Amino acid sequence: MTSLTATELTLWRGPNCLFEDLSFQVAAGSLLLVRGPNGAGKTTLLRVLCGLTRPETGHVEWRGKPIEKNRQAFGAELAYFGHVDGLKADLTVMQNLAFSARLFGQSGDRIPGLLDALSLSQCARLEARYLSAGQKRRTALARVLMSDATVWLLDEPVTNLDAAGRDFVEDRLRAHIAGGGLAVAATHEALRFTSDAPAEITLGDPA
Amino acid sequence: MNPGRFFFAIVLRELQVAFKRWGDLASPLMFFVIVSSLFPLALSPKHEVLRNLGPAVLWIAALLATLLSLNALFRTDIEDGTMEQLVLSPYPLTLAIFAKTVAHWLLNGLPLVVLAPALAVTYYLPAEGVRALCLTLLIGTPTLSLLGAVGAALTAGVRQSGGLLALLVLPLMLPVLMFGARATDLAGSGEQIAGPVYLLAALLLLALSLLPFATAAAVRISLD
Repeated sequence: MTSLTATELTLWRGPNCLFEDLSFQVAAGSLLLVRGPNGAGKTTLLRVLCGLTRPETGHVEWRGKPIEKNRQAFGAELAYFGHVDGLKADLTVMQNLAFSARLFGQSGDRIPGLLDALSLSQCARLEARYLSAGQKRRTALARVLMSDATVWLLDEPVTNLDAAGRDFVEDRLRAHIAGGGLAVAATHEALRFTSDAPAEITLGDPA
Repeated sequence: MNPGRFFFAIVLRELQVAFKRWGDLASPLMFFVIVSSLFPLALSPKHEVLRNLGPAVLWIAALLATLLSLNALFRTDIEDGTMEQLVLSPYPLTLAIFAKTVAHWLLNGLPLVVLAPALAVTYYLPAEGVRALCLTLLIGTPTLSLLGAVGAALTAGVRQSGGLLALLVLPLMLPVLMFGARATDLAGSGEQIAGPVYLLAALLLLALSLLPFATAAAVRISLD
């Protein structure tokens, strides 16, 4: 079954318990929003879901198999949009994306179209160090949009983006889910979803 | 895509990044050139003194130059988030790490092999000695890169890790230094060098077969 399942995840950071016995399932065609204030553990939860951080107890399964035993199969279907942009500051936008395309096993012919859609065409030959925060974010998004991944793990996908950028991201996210993909997005901002409201979990003690 | 193209994609990107940062690339090599050309000026100018000390000085300078170049090997990738992508890619992390290590050797080890003959001249090393120096550096520096990668991965999460890195990997690098310098020395006095050269080659094979796995495991720990 095409789903990402977390079972009884527990993780402590120092004296703080970020989450305890957290279980959920995200099926194909659905979105899970992870909400919570800064420092509540949203990023850490996403890192646990993609296998970068090991939880203290519990496990994450993709298609019914633990991800740490199927790293490569999971990696082939995963696009992770982390809180750092994952760009080499010394390489141009084009070179950065061409490298990602090679990692995905693509020729890179989708890059110009994506750059247009993300209004990055003028920056294509610019080194990533000269981009604004929003432009870096858009470049990192281009990587996710370029992949054919089924699972999108998005960490603050609309932070630093302008209104047009947010609309674009939300449209693409909706299309991805409608097309049978699944996504987990950590955000402290509301994403506008016209149709059914997505599932949410909230981290962090409200008190 | 097959793993081979993945490997070359990473090597290519490493070279692209390195050539954008000439300063970082050149400073270990400059160190090698400066240290090994200062010794003949400070030592007694007698040929036999220089000839006796040359192999050791050149090998020590090469070892220290390699140490200098290791600090940023994984740190920048971890800081800018590109390492996460390699870890989450559909290919084994060991292959990505091995590609990075190969690129490190191409950028730092190979230039040492190329520069060494020019510097060996200042020590009046005979032709056999120069040949042995290049041969041992050619077999020895890849081992240094592989060993250094383990240390760089283990210390990538530690700030001001230069001293710790040296402390970790220097003892492991000593056999390479000893066999390399000894073989160069023996060749200079016209003796057989097969023994130390075979030992260096054995060390390289051992390092090649084990260390990329250890480095990949250390990178995972540094990212956690």
